[in-house]
Amino acid sequence: MTTPGVDDAVREKEPVTERRLHPVTPLRRAWAPVAVLIGWAVHDPDQAQRQLARLTATTLLIALAVLVPVAALYGFLSWWYTHFAVTDTELRIRTGLLFRRTAHIRLERLQAVDVTQPLLARVAGVAKLKLDVIGTDKKDELAFLGEREARALRAELLARAAGFAPETAHEVGEAPARELLRTPPLHLAISLVLTGATWGALAAALVVPPVLWFATHSVWTVLATGVPLLGAAGASSVGRFVGEYDWTVGESPDGLRIDHGLLDRTHETVPPGRVQTVRIVEPLLWRRRGWVRVELDVAGSSNSVLVPVAPREVAESVIARVLPGVTVPSAASLSRPPRRAGRCVPVWWRGYGLAVTDTVFAARHGLLRRRLSLVPHAKVQSVRLAQGPWERLWRVADVHVDTGANKTVTARLRDAQEAAELLRAQAERSRTGRRDALPDRWMA
Amino acid sequence: METGSPRDAGTRGDETAEPVWRGLPPGLLRMRRLLLVVWLGLIALALGLLLGLLAGPVWAAFALLPLALMAWGWVLLGRNWRSWRYAERADDLLISRGVLWREETVVPYGRMQLVEVTSGPVERHFGLASVQLHTAAAATDATIPGLEPAEAERLRDRLTELGEARSAGL
Repeated sequence: MTTPGVDDAVREKEPVTERRLHPVTPLRRAWAPVAVLIGWAVHDPDQAQRQLARLTATTLLIALAVLVPVAALYGFLSWWYTHFAVTDTELRIRTGLLFRRTAHIRLERLQAVDVTQPLLARVAGVAKLKLDVIGTDKKDELAFLGEREARALRAELLARAAGFAPETAHEVGEAPARELLRTPPLHLAISLVLTGATWGALAAALVVPPVLWFATHSVWTVLATGVPLLGAAGASSVGRFVGEYDWTVGESPDGLRIDHGLLDRTHETVPPGRVQTVRIVEPLLWRRRGWVRVELDVAGSSNSVLVPVAPREVAESVIARVLPGVTVPSAASLSRPPRRAGRCVPVWWRGYGLAVTDTVFAARHGLLRRRLSLVPHAKVQSVRLAQGPWERLWRVADVHVDTGANKTVTARLRDAQEAAELLRAQAERSRTGRRDALPDRWMA
Repeated sequence: METGSPRDAGTRGDETAEPVWRGLPPGLLRMRRLLLVVWLGLIALALGLLLGLLAGPVWAAFALLPLALMAWGWVLLGRNWRSWRYAERADDLLISRGVLWREETVVPYGRMQLVEVTSGPVERHFGLASVQLHTAAAATDATIPGLEPAEAERLRDRLTELGEARSAGL
């Protein structure tokens, strides 16, 4: 670390002020036992009904009289024992009633910060703060905080992560955001109508249950398959519309801002230099309109969509802001594998393409649904060349580029000679590509 | 920036120069072949005895199958062992392996998160150790098996040192 050790030592002695979460939090926790009961009832309705029939009104009342205070007490205690504190370099979370857990999150390793507001939380005026760090499956989240407090805390965390002096970190406040893109609801609706997966899920939900009914005449079989199918159809159409409604991408000194949602609002912030790969997806039916979907990968984060739907030029301009200095290679500049690659992967080989520019490694795959993946050279962790026996016969090879978000981008079926050169050159480029990258603390 | 080993210092900047490849020590091949012979020998013996006693001596000829497998495996292990090689260049580590399914991995030293030296009980008996490199990408499969412990430790120390000098993180 570059911070002088003496300063750190002096500041460490100051008492760290610990804070508690918003007082409505226990209510959320109080739901847990009720949710478990409902889950059990839904999972096994037969048995639940039989058990319910056996219960008399008094036992029910007694059970409620015991259960509700216990749940409330649990909720209250777990809220009482959860503290968090922001120090110069870390966010500390102390939690747990029986099993204590203390998490110290290094702010300069922060990959993304999300403020999410489920519908009920919006009504109550509270928000959840979620932190993405590499290497933890369990997301560390602060649920719930007051809405303003959550925003202020996010601003403070980002300011400290950016390397602002700790004394001024409070006052930096929310960095001003400049809007880059806003998706109109109509575009979103049309794009979903033009997506094959939506129709596939709907068709499956409408066709499979009647067929099953004729085949088995069993209500339970039909319900057991029909309900998940309907759920999937709903999630891929209405669910996506609701989730991606009013999608706004903004740019601020703190990084990239992504706000979306009709019922549950989510505000994501990805600090600069955290994006590992960007994928431009172009489904077949969108091609005539020139629309694309842009996905991104950030290490340790589950956020994956950058732009749900946008015209190609707009999407490319957003990508240019996300990955500074990167221009998306045009379809014409992508080189196809040699003709003999068709012997390894018939027909689909035409979908493969590769372009290497000064800043990115770009590989395309897919024939109907085209996907172009971009990896900045600075984000490449290792490069691999792989060649199977059949590929060797036709003198082609695959080049894999591994990135930190556990995503591997593959340039398939390149000419063997070209692949060997690509391997060497890519290793060299990824090694030197780091030099002009932003430091972890991007404001320092 | 330049902290490469003196051996590579002369060829620095000339990336096309053929790297100095190193193969694996013969100990690994010996160990793998011995394991192969022991296991398949036992299977052949058991199969031969069982079939010979239960089904008749003609059926015991099936015990030749594991023996044939053993001969084939013997050759295969040799080829596979010969195909493994690694090279330390000034700025990255090269690992090349595989006969039918060839794979070549390049890991820049700056991307290394952790270097691991492991050695199981059988490996220890034969005086062998493996070196494994981890980067932030889980797909990076950079393992060098069956090195002599001294070489494994030298490699670990050198890689750690170079990794520190060129650390780049994510």
